[in-house]
Amino acid sequence: MQLSKEDVLRVAKLARLDLDEQEIERFQSQLSNILHHFSVLSEVDTAGIAPTSQPFDTKNIMRKDLTASSLPTAQILLNAPDLQDDSFKVKAVME
Amino acid sequence: MINYTITQAAELLHKKQISAVELTKEYLQNIANTENRVHAFTQLNEKQALDSAQHADQKLHNGSANKLTGIPIAIKDIMNTVDWRTTCSSKMLENYQSVYDATCISKLKERGMVIVGKTNMDEFAMGSSTETSAFFKTFNPWNLEYVPGGSSGGSAACIAANQAICSLGTDTGGSIRQPASFCSVTGFKPTYGRVSRYGVVAFASSLDQVGTFTKDAHDAAILLEALCGADSKDSTSAKQAVPAFSQDLRDGVRGLRIGVPKEYFAQGINPQVESLVRKAVQELQNHGAIVKEISLPNTKYALAVYYIIAPSEASANLARFDGVKYGLRADGNDMWQVIEKTRGQGFGDEVLRRIMIGTYALSAGYYDAWYLKAQKVRTLIKAEFTDAFKEVDIICAPTAPVLPFKSGEKIDDPLAMYLADICTIPINIAGLPGMSIPCGFANGLPVGLQIIGRPFDEQTILNTAHTYQKLTSFHKEQPKL
Repeated sequence: MQLSKEDVLRVAKLARLDLDEQEIERFQSQLSNILHHFSVLSEVDTAGIAPTSQPFDTKNIMRKDLTASSLPTAQILLNAPDLQDDSFKVKAVME
Repeated sequence: MINYTITQAAELLHKKQISAVELTKEYLQNIANTENRVHAFTQLNEKQALDSAQHADQKLHNGSANKLTGIPIAIKDIMNTVDWRTTCSSKMLENYQSVYDATCISKLKERGMVIVGKTNMDEFAMGSSTETSAFFKTFNPWNLEYVPGGSSGGSAACIAANQAICSLGTDTGGSIRQPASFCSVTGFKPTYGRVSRYGVVAFASSLDQVGTFTKDAHDAAILLEALCGADSKDSTSAKQAVPAFSQDLRDGVRGLRIGVPKEYFAQGINPQVESLVRKAVQELQNHGAIVKEISLPNTKYALAVYYIIAPSEASANLARFDGVKYGLRADGNDMWQVIEKTRGQGFGDEVLRRIMIGTYALSAGYYDAWYLKAQKVRTLIKAEFTDAFKEVDIICAPTAPVLPFKSGEKIDDPLAMYLADICTIPINIAGLPGMSIPCGFANGLPVGLQIIGRPFDEQTILNTAHTYQKLTSFHKEQPKL
């Protein structure tokens, strides 16, 4: 299992991670090594086996659709990196 | 240095032989005496702790107190706690002020417990040594050159160092049991869904569970009673009735069928660990337990299953850290660059590695071979436990295959670090309850016995641990600090 530099860049792009050259190089070798070790799973016969996404069979939990109080605006905005009036301020999304 | 169990301290408090303020001051003093060597806490707030203690004293005077009122507790810095920051030991959340209380925290506050501090951890709970904290390393009170285990290393170390009477942690692949083993304290991970995770920063949602660090099994029973139960704010929380664990605590293992899985003693286990764990099982056998060797052959795939599923879920859970609404925000020319730089700078190496593994395993063209495959093998591992529990009532194994290791020893070798969790990971994969209790020392370093139970049968685990702790005194030994 050998990841190419392009593989690492593709994954970093998907995960929205800005990595420097050193990190890319380090992750390329570390992730290759880790994935090589985990490829052991390919030897397990899983034909006809259903996947498990959670330990127990919890089904949808329903509740009545009632109005209830929520956190005050000031609390919601408490940790905002940048604000304008009662809004989170970010760089332009569209030109 | 004072050293109480919850039971002992509660008795003193209720008999008015000590006030909650006095008790809290004693523990704050213990912290002052040891913290410059242990480094268990990301945050300490004396005023906050003493205010809560005063409130607890009022409860003790007006008759509304319970066994937990006035008891000093430490909280892993992953649980939202009003009046404290919630940092996850990450630069990403270094200044994050908790806006509301996690359900587990509200439950402790309602009972009048005194929060003395928030504890250091591996960044976003990813690690096995508390060395991936973006702030500083925590050290093992038994030998300060060694790691306390992780990810809840601060919560384990602070109990060993008598900086609090009990603490909370989270366990996704062993993050309570492994540090409990390394620090010679009692650590309990309840069944998946037993404790609400509302307000606990998510790592891997099909595996994460909140649990406890205490001085003994009796204290674990008391604290778990307060924490467990369904919560409308966490739809994955379990509806099963919560037993009165401490009231139902039984001493005796006569007729208890203990399974010892041979795969947990396979190649690679430290011989001293193996010998102490087998001796502990022998002790239970001497007192009437029926010990039987069992086989869980898919154990060898657990590490791979875990390190595909957990990073996959983490890569989705950690997508929320984009610098928009809270947390770190880096500079950039446009919104996407801000997000990429925020995440690149805000996350440490281990978190980046796991996001990368998870994103890879979930990406188009790789999903079936990695993520879906891991989910299918998860089914097989879970089924193996279900079958085993038809023949035995409890499973005993080492908590970790190795002794605590030296600080810095494994930090540059992620795969070697992952192997430290090989005995605890399968239990999270199956959603089972598990516990680690002290069972001896090798070269002055602690060893833990892991006790694993059927889903929602925490009681049998607690009874087994309680029995063992009546027969031995390893859990009472104190590090020289």
